[in-house]
Amino acid sequence: MLDGKPAEHIPILKMGEFLLVSIQVEMHDRLVMTLQDELTEHIVRHRARGVLIDISALEIVDSFIGRALGNIANMARVLDAATVVVGMRPAVAITLVELGVNLSGVRTALNAEKGMDLIRRELGLSGRRDAGGA
Amino acid sequence: MPAVREETLDVTSDEDVVRIRQVTRQWALDLSFSLVDQTKIVTAASELARNTLIHGGGGSTHLEELREGSRRGLRLTFVDKGPGIADVEQALRDGYTTGSGLGLGLGGARRLANEFEIVSRPGQGTYVRITRWK
Repeated sequence: MLDGKPAEHIPILKMGEFLLVSIQVEMHDRLVMTLQDELTEHIVRHRARGVLIDISALEIVDSFIGRALGNIANMARVLDAATVVVGMRPAVAITLVELGVNLSGVRTALNAEKGMDLIRRELGLSGRRDAGGA
Repeated sequence: MPAVREETLDVTSDEDVVRIRQVTRQWALDLSFSLVDQTKIVTAASELARNTLIHGGGGSTHLEELREGSRRGLRLTFVDKGPGIADVEQALRDGYTTGSGLGLGLGGARRLANEFEIVSRPGQGTYVRITRWK
């Protein structure tokens, strides 16, 4: 997944009152910490109410990345934003449980669409009725 | 048991930890490990390589492809010359941490492998070996 120099930032997209993050590169530890810091700053700067993190491209989530996802969700909650992690691969989920990582503070959804619905419901906004259909 | 193939990689930076994940993944693929088994051994490698880097002050990872009769396996050995672990039993317990982690690295890696061996001498360093059989 890495082409040449390792990435130093993960793009954070603002969409209305939501922040969208899709992790498409291999996560080295410094990058994990940078994402945690920048996402917290963005939540405050944009007064974001929801954060959606897509990890469908991640081939592994180890205890360090798992802990960071938990930290992000906790910090977002304190800043009055809901977080949902979407797209975890089945093999990653199986491994995380065996590893002993407890993502109990993190809301998850199968894909971005269901994740968005979850955030909207959590914020008391109406979810899209047609989502998940056909 | 002679190794069919072997390779040694340095562990001195975050990028090296990523590199070890990638090489471990490639070896597990070459051995036709299932996707879940690939994910488990790569995740265990990530945990142990991080330990070598953070707690051991850097070191090396030795990969070996094993053949025992019709059985094939992947063995990873992590060696550092760091401060060592005074109480290995305690370090293997979930939640025990001297750093900023969750304390799941060693115990988690043991659960993700079929065989696990650790030798640590205070002041001399630590040697951790895991094997996953196909």
